[in-house]
Amino acid sequence: MTTPSVAPVLRMLLAQTKCEVLMRWRVPAFSVTNLVLPIVFFIFFGLPVANLRSADGVSIGAYLLASFGAYAVGNVMVYGFGIGVANERGMKVDRLMRASPLPPLVFMLAKVVTALAFAFLALVLLIGFGIVAGGIRETPLVWATVILRLLAGSLPFIALGFAIGYWSGPHAAPAIANLIYLPLSFASGLFVPLGQLPEFIQNLAPFLPSYHYAQLAWSALGAGHESLGVSLLWLAGYTALFLTLAVRTYRREERAKFA
Amino acid sequence: MTPVVELEGARKRFGAVEALKGVDLTIGAGELVALLGPNGAGKTTSIALMLGLRQPTGGRARLFGLDPNDRRARSRCGVMLQESGTTAVLTVAEIVDLFRAYYPSPLPTTRAIQLAGLNEKAGAKIGTLSGGERQRLYFALAVCGDPEALFLDEPTVGMDVETRRAVLDSIRSLSAAGKTIVLTTHYLEEADQLAHRIVVIDHGIVIADATPREIKSRIPSKRVNFHAETAIADVVFKGLPVQNLEIVDHRVHLLSNEPEAVLRGLFERGVVVRDLEVTGADLEEAFLSLTRRA
Repeated sequence: MTTPSVAPVLRMLLAQTKCEVLMRWRVPAFSVTNLVLPIVFFIFFGLPVANLRSADGVSIGAYLLASFGAYAVGNVMVYGFGIGVANERGMKVDRLMRASPLPPLVFMLAKVVTALAFAFLALVLLIGFGIVAGGIRETPLVWATVILRLLAGSLPFIALGFAIGYWSGPHAAPAIANLIYLPLSFASGLFVPLGQLPEFIQNLAPFLPSYHYAQLAWSALGAGHESLGVSLLWLAGYTALFLTLAVRTYRREERAKFA
Repeated sequence: MTPVVELEGARKRFGAVEALKGVDLTIGAGELVALLGPNGAGKTTSIALMLGLRQPTGGRARLFGLDPNDRRARSRCGVMLQESGTTAVLTVAEIVDLFRAYYPSPLPTTRAIQLAGLNEKAGAKIGTLSGGERQRLYFALAVCGDPEALFLDEPTVGMDVETRRAVLDSIRSLSAAGKTIVLTTHYLEEADQLAHRIVVIDHGIVIADATPREIKSRIPSKRVNFHAETAIADVVFKGLPVQNLEIVDHRVHLLSNEPEAVLRGLFERGVVVRDLEVTGADLEEAFLSLTRRA
């Protein structure tokens, strides 16, 4: 007999990802919040000023698209993982999964791939809306850079989402995700440009992860406040911090349930 | 041939409670074994150790000769657990298809769904299933990988009579096809109908490990009730084959495998018996009395 003793990992990953996509798509709390909410925010905060330019010639419309793009991707990650993982723990999905031959890493990787796909879709819809409805013009290369940087830089928010998901219960997770992510986004100048925010928030912003995350997109438009290296360093630091929290909460759960 | 399951002096402590107090159990390929015991006896903990869902605090657990957490061992097992859930928004066929992907050579999706008797619900969202249908779905997830061994923790809980019969039939045919099956139940009748071997667990130890026939022979099969004309005490029954003796005033209730011998003994000792009833004992009640005694 030459039957393989375990299933191929790629086949598992594909099947798992397909189901993750279906699950996220069919729950409006995820799909609508992920894809529609950033556009609604942009309609309120961005469209009215879409055709203005700053003193140094940057399109305000494009700047705000980049800001809401950063908000949108972080949103997909923090909510998707935070609430998704907490819900699955509440439904005891983990017990059945744990007894199955699926490696836990593949289970998590499928979630990450799915979240990246939704984040990509959210960005395409948001930027497409800005171009069509707001007449905002940048070169395709600029948009591609914004999208790529936001996807690649989302790691700290994936880690933050996992930490919330393992730390909180299914009922508390939405509140906790909101309480952390909304103020973070606001204070980082993602909804209203920093210059228009109170001074203490302007002083606070440079210590926040979403501030440095948004720099990745703003600097692609020539409107960054710091060099790419500095942004990446801050994001790496926050990734380490959130990942430590996520691993600690995950281990705590492992000890309680599977020790 | 490597046994499917090996527990060697397996102990499991949860805080102050010792759920398993040294279980030795070997299950070979092709066996159909029922772990039988009242709620809280340690059946679920035993299954959890076999599957690596819990780690023993003493002794050792092996699955196909490997660490139970080894993916090669897991890939040869299908499981149905109590207290586990799954998403509500996928359809039955979608999730069965997903679980098939975890195994090297799974059954066709329709075959797994058919074995669980869920054909008509294949396109239904999991959230719309009744409790019994959900149990059948978990059964489908356990068998869809065409694994060599099935671990079914209380597989028929929450099922109506018809569903239960269908699932028990599926279990029998899987066993006939050579699968190793380990199931837990707290019904002696179910274990008796299905298993070739019954392992009785109580208070965290194995108190019996034998064929259904042997187990039943140890359990008192008759209930005897009567009214004694004069007040009698326990000592009257000394040396007679009685169990679960209860004397309330003049009413006497007892269980026995040999009611004739009991009555003969009582007559010889001059006990005057009225309103005598000898009936078949309720199997489950008799069995529970056995475990309580241990």
